[in-house]
Amino acid sequence: MLFFSYFKDLVGREVTVELKNDLAIRGTLHSVDQYLNIKLENSRVVDQDKYPHMLSVRNCFIRGSVVRYVQLPPDGVDVELLHDATRREARGS
Amino acid sequence: MLLSELISVITNDGRNIVGILKGFDQATNIILDESHERVYSTKEGVQQIVLGLYIIRGDNISIVGELDEDLEARLDLTELRAHPLKPVIH
Repeated sequence: MLFFSYFKDLVGREVTVELKNDLAIRGTLHSVDQYLNIKLENSRVVDQDKYPHMLSVRNCFIRGSVVRYVQLPPDGVDVELLHDATRREARGS
Repeated sequence: MLLSELISVITNDGRNIVGILKGFDQATNIILDESHERVYSTKEGVQQIVLGLYIIRGDNISIVGELDEDLEARLDLTELRAHPLKPVIH
């Protein structure tokens, strides 16, 4: 639940999602769900020459299970808030 | 919302399947009509293999992309050369 809430707060920000097949897609975070599936708007593949497979895709849905990393804007991370939330969650479980 | 739209599905084994989204569920299982697979190669243009009505199991799906008609029209698939996509490794 923690990361679901965290990503909900990041909606509207530019992120780069790196997938487990090495594909990297940059776009605006449109929405996220409980499985951490990600919907990106205005998406474009980072290395378009190497991966032209999604040239005509502007909005995409990325299944949570294939995400390796989500690269965030540095000012998108409130480390203190995350630490507190993590401590609370760790205590709860 | 994306129902009856043309979409592009990237599967876990690196295949690209294009078709009209007819249905889906919570597990991201997908029903695709008039689907065809686009096979990319470094040696020749994009090959299109007609598949018809397909159900793709959610387990096997990486990306579901909404195809932009204008961008699609501008694409010259015969000139595109690319390495096939890598399979997903968990």
